[in-house]
Parts: sequence; structure tokens; C-alpha cells
Amino acid sequence: MTSVTRSAVEAGLHSGKRDWTGMVAALALLATLLLSLGILFVLLGDIFARALPVFAERGLDFLSSPLSARPEQAGVLQGIVGSIILTIFVVVLAMPIGIAAAVYLEEYAADNRLARLINTNIRNLAGVPAIVYGLLGLAVFVTTLGMGRSLLAGGLTLAILVLPIVVITTAEALRAVPQTIREAAFGVGATRSEVISGHVLPYAMPGILTGTVLTLARAFGETAPLIMVGAITGVFRNAPENVGELLQGPFTALPTMVFAWSKEVKDEFRALTAAAIIVLLVVILAVNAAAILLRNRYDRRW
Amino acid sequence: MSIKLAPPVTEPATTPVAIRPASLTSPTAVTPEPADPAEVVFALQDFSCYYGSFRAVREINLEIERNRITAIIGPSGCGKSTLLRSFNRMNDLIPTARVDGRILYHGVDLYADGVDPVEVRRRIGMVFQKPNPFPKSIYDNVAFGPRVAGFRGDLAALVEESLRRAALWDEVKDKLKSPGTSLSGGQQQRLCIARAIAVEPDVILMDEPCSALDPIATLRIEELMKELREKYTIVIVTHNMQQAARASDTTVFLTMGEDRAGYLVESAPTEQLFTRPTNELTEQYITGRFG
Repeated sequence: MTSVTRSAVEAGLHSGKRDWTGMVAALALLATLLLSLGILFVLLGDIFARALPVFAERGLDFLSSPLSARPEQAGVLQGIVGSIILTIFVVVLAMPIGIAAAVYLEEYAADNRLARLINTNIRNLAGVPAIVYGLLGLAVFVTTLGMGRSLLAGGLTLAILVLPIVVITTAEALRAVPQTIREAAFGVGATRSEVISGHVLPYAMPGILTGTVLTLARAFGETAPLIMVGAITGVFRNAPENVGELLQGPFTALPTMVFAWSKEVKDEFRALTAAAIIVLLVVILAVNAAAILLRNRYDRRW
Repeated sequence: MSIKLAPPVTEPATTPVAIRPASLTSPTAVTPEPADPAEVVFALQDFSCYYGSFRAVREINLEIERNRITAIIGPSGCGKSTLLRSFNRMNDLIPTARVDGRILYHGVDLYADGVDPVEVRRRIGMVFQKPNPFPKSIYDNVAFGPRVAGFRGDLAALVEESLRRAALWDEVKDKLKSPGTSLSGGQQQRLCIARAIAVEPDVILMDEPCSALDPIATLRIEELMKELREKYTIVIVTHNMQQAARASDTTVFLTMGEDRAGYLVESAPTEQLFTRPTNELTEQYITGRFG
């Protein structure tokens, strides 16, 4: 810069240069976004178009009918019931155990080689393909423990499948609570358990809830492990008289039904498959929406 | 002279087993005895603190007297905060931290076997560098300490009294239900002071309490410290030499040795330390020639 006259500044400030690289990058990024959204919308549109006649003709009957070999009578009731009960298993088993394990690992365990080994293993377990959990469920619950191809075996398998993910998301939520908050609580003479129950857990709860509710959606959508442990892909009839019979009886789940119907020879099942996919999507969207609402409700700043 | 270098020889009469009152190891709270102006609250004897193999403070001998404001000054990284956090065993939260030597609190070794750090912290409260109110209501921020201490009585009155003593009551009395985090930085720090005094501690440790505050809020905290001195013993770590000069009765100067361990250079009544330092390092530091 030589002189700082008005005209020199004027010319300098109106350089006429444009950030071409930046504009190209922004366009490329927008294109990738539109591409992925486009694929999604094409898929959804196709499924909606196929499913619409089913809902138009059958209405609620589709939701309240059991499985059937005759497409005009087949419905998703057993799938919805199975999926809901499987989800309850996950809520009742995986969440308390997973949250407790994470609290131990983050707040109590010393940072030694054993704890690091366990942490690494949990991370690896979260990455193990679901089908492997299916094999585990088949070997342990169905065969060794003699539960057979029952709802119980399916629920336990799904609970074990999501357990590592619950531990990881909970641990991350606990780690997000600032150390200064723990020090503040310790500083007025709180014990470790008072610090955790009075502060750390409540403040981490939105994160824990969001993370674990999302794992619920994951469990809801799993197919492979359920087929491994014997979710019914054909037709079954059950009229359990009590909870015990229900849990020991045969079962199916929404994603399993989607899988089964998509393989059916009769053409009418194409539309049923699409309709079942819509039901599955609606339920998973509802679960995700609940997670977002929970998070917003408990959102806080430090 | 309110602080002097403790004699290096350990008095045989103060063995921890012989004189440790039962209250430190049991959960029953005991209010400290009435103040005796010359009473020594903390006596450090060859106290060192390590993080792993690194020695952060080295062989400190120091006495801190009751109802005084003692300022700890020194260059960054000289272990001021480490030393302060040793007074209420806050360093226990760092897994690699360990100590050597002794800190006698009213004659009881804080690091002796069987001393419950929870009981230590109930008597020796702390205010931190960054205001760290709980993300709860103003009321609950103050009430948490008394609640976990098993306070039976008029909690609302105690909360009001604590907020008054922290000079915050008039500003928050109409919004006790609003979150503590909604206050301004200076108010948050006074809330943290109210939280600390709500459990009726004996000592309040302050770790650079004004470093995140503007000058006006800083002055309010300093005035508040002078009022609180009537009732409590205050130890404050500060980066700000003017603050030490303005607000403390006694000043302790630490610096770092070749081994990067902090050690005590000089401790003296504040006025004396800032006008007639006996050590050359102190003089260089307070005149701004290093640090």
C-alpha cells in the first residue's frame, strides 16, 4: 500500500475480484445434498405410490389384521405388536444396564489399562454387524438356554445388540458435563454419589435420552438378527393366555415382515410390502421426533 | 506478622493420631471454636504435591492464620492453584495427584489415613476461577450444600442469609427460581460465594475468583471478601498483584524452580511484602521484572 487517498481506498475496496473457488465449492456441496435428498425422495415417492392403494382400500383393517397367505387379508398387527414388545425389552434391559455401566466407567472406574481395554472393546462391539448378534442370540438364547424361537430370545438379542451403543452415548453425555460442575458439587461437601445423582446424571439426561431413544429406533429397524433367532417370516397364529405364553411364543416384527413380503411370489404383496414400510417409517419417525422433543425440553446451557 | 515460615522441625505434640478430633472422620458437623486472632488454621510442613512423577509444588512450609485474607501470588504455572486445591483435597479428583509432607488443619493432618475428604470440603469451601453455578435455580444452587450436609431447619432462611452475606440478595430476591446461569458473570461468582458459605465453612478458598470478571464486579468481590473475613479465613490465589495488595492481609509469593516445581519464596504481611520485600525474587516480581 502506497498512498491512503480516498480514491485508492475506493478502488481497493471495490476490487471486482470474486471468490470463484468458493462459489464452485458451494455449488458442488449443494449438488451432493440435492443428489442424496433426490434419491431419498424418489424412493419414498415410489413406496408411497405403491402403498397408497392398500391404505385406500383397506384403511385401518391393514393395521389390525394378522399375517395371512391371502394378500387381501394380510395385515401388520402381529408385526406392530412384536416390534413394540421387542422395544420394551430394549427399554427395560439395555437402557438401565447400559446407563449404569457408563456411569461406572466414566465416574467411578480408575483410568487404568483395564478400563481402557473395556472402553475399546465396547466401541468395537458397537461396530459388530447385527447379524453376528443374531448368531450369538441363536447360539445362547435359542439353543443353549433353550428359549426356542421365541419373543423372549428375540428381545434379549436386540437388547444385547444395542447395549454397547447405549453405553457409548451415555458415556459421551456424561463426559459433556463440565468438570467444573463436579468440582463445584464436591466443593460444598457432596459425596461422589451425591454429585452424580444430584448433578452429573440430571445434566447429562437430555444427551442420554436423545442417544438412547435413537438406539431404540435402531432396534426397531433391525431385521437380520431377528431372522437369525427365528422371527416368523410366514404365517403364524397365536392366542397367548398370559404374558409367559406370549414371551415364549412365536413372533415377528415389522422389518421382518417387510423382508418376508418382499419375497412373496404373488404380485399383490408388492403393495403390502410398501404399506408395511410406510408403517415402519412412521413409527421410527415418531420415535425420533420424541427424541428431539425430549432433548429440546431438557436443553440447558452451562 | 500473620504468616511466617513454619519451623522445619515437626512438633512432636501434633502427631495426627494423638490430636485428630473425631469430627473430621465422622459425618457429624461440628462448628469451629470461637475465633482466636492468632490461631493457626493451616500449617504446611514440607508439603509437596505431585502429578504423576512431576512435582508441582515443592517442600512448602507455611502457616495461615485465622480471619485473615491470605493472597497467594506468583508467575503462571508456579503451582498456586495446586497448592490451594491441596487445602481442601480437591486434587484428590485428579487420579495421578499425590502429596508428600503434611498440611495440618487446626492441628489435624488433612492427608492422614481415615480423614474423609467430604468432611474436609464441608469445612473448607471453594470458589473457582470461572463462575460455575449449577444449571439449577438460584435457590437450589445455595440450598444444595446444606441439603447434602443434612441441614435440618429453615432452609429458606439459610438461603436468604447466605445470599445476603454474599451481597447478592437484593439483586435476586425476586427471582430465586430463575436459573443461576442466567445471572451476569459477577453475580454468578457471588452466587458461588453464597453457595460456599451456605454450608457454614471455616475457610473459603478462592482460586482467581475475579479473573473472568470486569473491574467493577472485581471490586465488589474484594469488598465482599473484607466483610467475610470477620467470620471466615480466606485464602485467595490471584494473578493480579494489585488485587493482592488491595485486598489481602498477608501475601505469599511462590515461584518456579529449575525443576518447574513451585516453591515458597516469601510470605509476609501484605504491606511489608509489597514495600520492603526481603527476597530479591519477590522484589523483581512485584516490580514487574519477571513473571
